[in-house]
Amino acid sequence: MSLLEVSDVTVRFGGITALADVTCSVESGEIFAIVGPNGAGKSTLFNLISRFCEPDSGDVRLNGRSLLDRAAADMAALGVARTFQNIDLFETSTVLQNLLIGRHARRQASFASQIVFSPAVRREEIAHREAAERIIDFLDLHAHREQRIAGLPYGTRKVVEVGRALAMEPRLVLLDEPASGLSPEEARDMRFWISDIRTELGITIVMVEHDMGLVSAVSDRVLVLAEGRVVALGTPAEVQSDPGVVQAFLGVGAEPEA
Amino acid sequence: MRVPFKTSHRHDIRLFADRYQALRYAALLTLAIALPFLLDDFMIGEVTGVLIWAIGGMGLMILTGHAGQISLGHAAFLAVGCYANVILMDRFGLPFPVSFTLAGIVAGLAGVLVAVPVFRLHGIYLAIATLALTMLVEDIIVLTEPWTGGVVGLTAPTITIAGMDVDRFSSPDRFYWLCLSITLLVTLAYCNILRAPLGRAFLAIRDSEASAQAMGVHVARTKAAAFGLSCLVTGWAGALLGHYFYTFNHEVFTVVVSIQLLLMIVIGGIGSIHGAFYGAFVVGVIPQAINISRDWVTAVLGTSGVAVPGLETGVFGLILVLFILFEPYGVHGRITKWKTYFELFPFYRRDLFRRQKSYLKTERIR
Repeated sequence: MSLLEVSDVTVRFGGITALADVTCSVESGEIFAIVGPNGAGKSTLFNLISRFCEPDSGDVRLNGRSLLDRAAADMAALGVARTFQNIDLFETSTVLQNLLIGRHARRQASFASQIVFSPAVRREEIAHREAAERIIDFLDLHAHREQRIAGLPYGTRKVVEVGRALAMEPRLVLLDEPASGLSPEEARDMRFWISDIRTELGITIVMVEHDMGLVSAVSDRVLVLAEGRVVALGTPAEVQSDPGVVQAFLGVGAEPEA
Repeated sequence: MRVPFKTSHRHDIRLFADRYQALRYAALLTLAIALPFLLDDFMIGEVTGVLIWAIGGMGLMILTGHAGQISLGHAAFLAVGCYANVILMDRFGLPFPVSFTLAGIVAGLAGVLVAVPVFRLHGIYLAIATLALTMLVEDIIVLTEPWTGGVVGLTAPTITIAGMDVDRFSSPDRFYWLCLSITLLVTLAYCNILRAPLGRAFLAIRDSEASAQAMGVHVARTKAAAFGLSCLVTGWAGALLGHYFYTFNHEVFTVVVSIQLLLMIVIGGIGSIHGAFYGAFVVGVIPQAINISRDWVTAVLGTSGVAVPGLETGVFGLILVLFILFEPYGVHGRITKWKTYFELFPFYRRDLFRRQKSYLKTERIR
């Protein structure tokens, strides 16, 4: 059974069909990339999986169980983490605090015990900090641990957002354009981290990305969307030679320049 | 700026950053406990007032400063706490500790009830909805005359704790210590919440609701918790305020009081516990300062008194405008900057505290 199954999903916003009968599945341990021109429905598919939008028809299943009756806030506990296309961190908090908010779904302390800050809460807080520290080690964020997000450069924020998703200890992480806006060196680091997330942490990755270099370097399979429809699905090499993909990106009858 | 070098996770969740900070607060607490021996009854009364407003300020600070939900209706919850406490003491003969606790819980539950229908509202719409609440409660107080005494109001009975009478007029020192201990408990609980997952959830929904949801924070539940806690504490402040005023009616809890609470936390420094105390101090001191300067102006000019109506409101408004323009983080922000200036001297830069956003989302109208 696949970890994530999207079957015959259609999403309409008024007169616009953002996704039309999209079907795909993500296997456990896979790096699955979604590419497509602007407005292809990539982000809609992401929002659908993380329950930020509702489908008009179709179903989304995680481990065979439908997600449609779950709220966006339930996804963290189910082991699905996500990042946002235009970084959405908690600006006034420090990096460490941001990672700790990522631990929210794993909290056990009751309301009352938090108010008196009982020894159990204290132990739990220390355990959360140890988990956050592992992420800081993993992503090399030591220098920024106590800094506020508002003062950090763009590239670092991008890494912190990935770290916050990892702090949730998810089974599946959805990365929305992890390399957009990064310098070539930062993008290269991100490439290594993405493959490390799979190999070292054993987390399945679904990502939206425009950087084809990154996509073909790390991903096992690529889904190409255009105007809400699946154009191609296969390994990066298969997809890049698909005539439908060339047409979607470059236009009808486009010939490679001589 | 001194940055404490943390060597363990335990260090990170301590209440005090280092031994010096702990000592400073211990000294402050000792001074606060000894204050009745140093000041006369009138001054102790004034300080008690500041403490009660600080409790109310902390109540609103949880909601507005930390959870990012604006409220112009907190006078209503002051009223609920105040009336509930006195009614429970008078009608049901409950001792003060019980009636006081229950009064807070009643106000807190009222807060949760309010949060459920308004939790989808943001910014100015939330402000308007909560503003209506204050007006509504004023009318309800007048209409439920058999319980609340209507326009005549109620008189707070003398508090008896462990056989000792605690009264605002006959034993102001004891009343001060009562208020001080409640202030301490509320402050401690507030600090605990801020270092626990709940406090982080509040910050999360303030900064980004979408992101908070992705982290597993249930926005509606967290807002309801913020409203509940906020109104619980505000209700306690209201209960103490009832004993502080001795007699009160619906006119005590007007929209102006709601606005004054909000001004308090903005002037004090939004988003910090310190801010609630600084704000309460400023709000407590300004009317006195205006009164004194009134006498002084009269004496200097020799005119028959400067009886300008609305002078206090005008001065308050002016101070608020100046703070929003020049120091959005209030007195607390200003003090932090001064401290940093001296700690870093001569390396302080003017832009050291410049942020990409100079305001919290609370203040932004969406």
